[in-house]
Amino acid sequence: MERREYPFLAVLVLPVLVVFSAFFLLPMGRLVAVAGTGPEGVGAYIAILTTPRYFESLVATIVLSTLVTLATLAISAISGLFLERNRFAGRGILVSMLTFPLAFPGVVVGFMVIMLAGRQGLIGDITKFLTGDKLVFAYSMAGLFMGYVYFSIPRVILTVMAAAEKLDPALEEAARSLGASQWLVVRDIILPGLKPALIASGAICFATAMGAFGTAFTLATNIDVLPMTIYTEFTLRANIAMAAALSIILGLITWVALNAARSLAGSTVAAAA
Amino acid sequence: MKRTRVFYWQFAFTLLVCAFLIVPVIMSIMAGVTVNFFQGIKSGMTLRWVFEVWDLYSETIYLSLLISVVCLACTIVLGVPAAYVLAKKQGRVARMVEEFLTLPLAIPGLAIALALLITYGGFRDFRMSWAFILVGHVLYTLPFMLRSVLAVLSSADFRTLEEGAASLGANFWQRFFGIVIPNCRSGILAGSLMVVTLSMGEFNLTWMLHTPLTKTLPVGLADSYASMRLEVGSAYTLVFLIMIIPLLMALQLYGRPAKPRAVVEEEVEEILSAGASGALALPREGGR
Repeated sequence: MERREYPFLAVLVLPVLVVFSAFFLLPMGRLVAVAGTGPEGVGAYIAILTTPRYFESLVATIVLSTLVTLATLAISAISGLFLERNRFAGRGILVSMLTFPLAFPGVVVGFMVIMLAGRQGLIGDITKFLTGDKLVFAYSMAGLFMGYVYFSIPRVILTVMAAAEKLDPALEEAARSLGASQWLVVRDIILPGLKPALIASGAICFATAMGAFGTAFTLATNIDVLPMTIYTEFTLRANIAMAAALSIILGLITWVALNAARSLAGSTVAAAA
Repeated sequence: MKRTRVFYWQFAFTLLVCAFLIVPVIMSIMAGVTVNFFQGIKSGMTLRWVFEVWDLYSETIYLSLLISVVCLACTIVLGVPAAYVLAKKQGRVARMVEEFLTLPLAIPGLAIALALLITYGGFRDFRMSWAFILVGHVLYTLPFMLRSVLAVLSSADFRTLEEGAASLGANFWQRFFGIVIPNCRSGILAGSLMVVTLSMGEFNLTWMLHTPLTKTLPVGLADSYASMRLEVGSAYTLVFLIMIIPLLMALQLYGRPAKPRAVVEEEVEEILSAGASGALALPREGGR
């Protein structure tokens, strides 16, 4: 019965392949082709490395995304482990609160950063009360960092909690009964157990931060992260070839990050939940 | 169990993280119903800003609803059959197709939007219509439907069910619509909630693909943050939250399609004789 089914299976999978070829494969191919049509031709890719404006934005984006990933992993590991290991009244509410911003678009996250660190924000009010100086950092790289951590926490915490659930408590008990300190248990038992989940969710976090556009767009148009540079090239400078080359580099970086994580973590890594 | 010092330390830390995530949301909600945010709550509360948002931006809300529903229909029609084929075929070609269909997740929306603009920007009628935005949303959300249905199918023993149905004379389409589809309902439900939620909030692609006449809710939000007073932006955010909170709650309830549901008895009987239904019931355990 297997072979006779092939025509039917083909009929089922054909529509999605046609749609994806027409609206994804073909456009991506065009993007690659257009990237070579600028004044520098294929040199557009080299120009990314030699033109300070592009290169600095590329480096800044990678550094920012790396820092966001590390901070988010640390925060989510501490809170995720805590919530998975302990049962107490109100735990469910905490979990809902931590996963609530999961569906916020980048623009809304940007607005939340303005609420906290903007000109009329909470942090400004508190620092003014304490020191007399108003601390406002929403419209800078620091604000962007805050926003990216904000939208990464819910995603990563869910993965950490799911992985922590699967850890074998017997291993920890054995280590403790042999006299291992709390810190040693964390370092030698818990962290290695969580490693695949941390790598997988860290890669998603990194890739999302690399490509995020809405938050930067809301906070300021002069924060030079790669997506903003691409947007400016395309709309204001009408340098379509350069915008295409930059977005291909951006796409390659996120794709490589996700694939490297997948081979390291050994399980399917889904991006941008 | 005794609470150690580490417990309280972690508890305090977690509370702080919660505050970081929730306090700005509460501030934003308050700002949306306050007469003057700068003066604070003492200036009085009002629904004026919410009504203003409705006057200015109700079109964006309707368009977002429309796009997310049509997008959902597209992802079901395109994604569910594809997931079935991928669950059935384990070979290298099938894995490559799966890789191809989930590729939009690994590439930033901005790049996909740029590619669509370069390729189809010249087709004026298409470019000016909301279908242009829809295409982007379908590319971006289809992998979620695919994965969700695939997860259910790979934990359900649908092959045995299909073989049983086939041995009783059910043809391919009867088996597909009578056995496979009903058995992956939980996956379709979870995938649907994900697709609608993502489509409602999509900005990266949509900002590049929209025109002044095809603004979606997040595009309107960005617009209001940039050009309206803080209270209006807040009220608009409030409207957005009210729209997605039911979706989020449903996602928490049905979002993880853990166990495949057993085929409902009468559905089996519709296709096959009553005697076969016992043999077709799915094992209730299994899956993740």
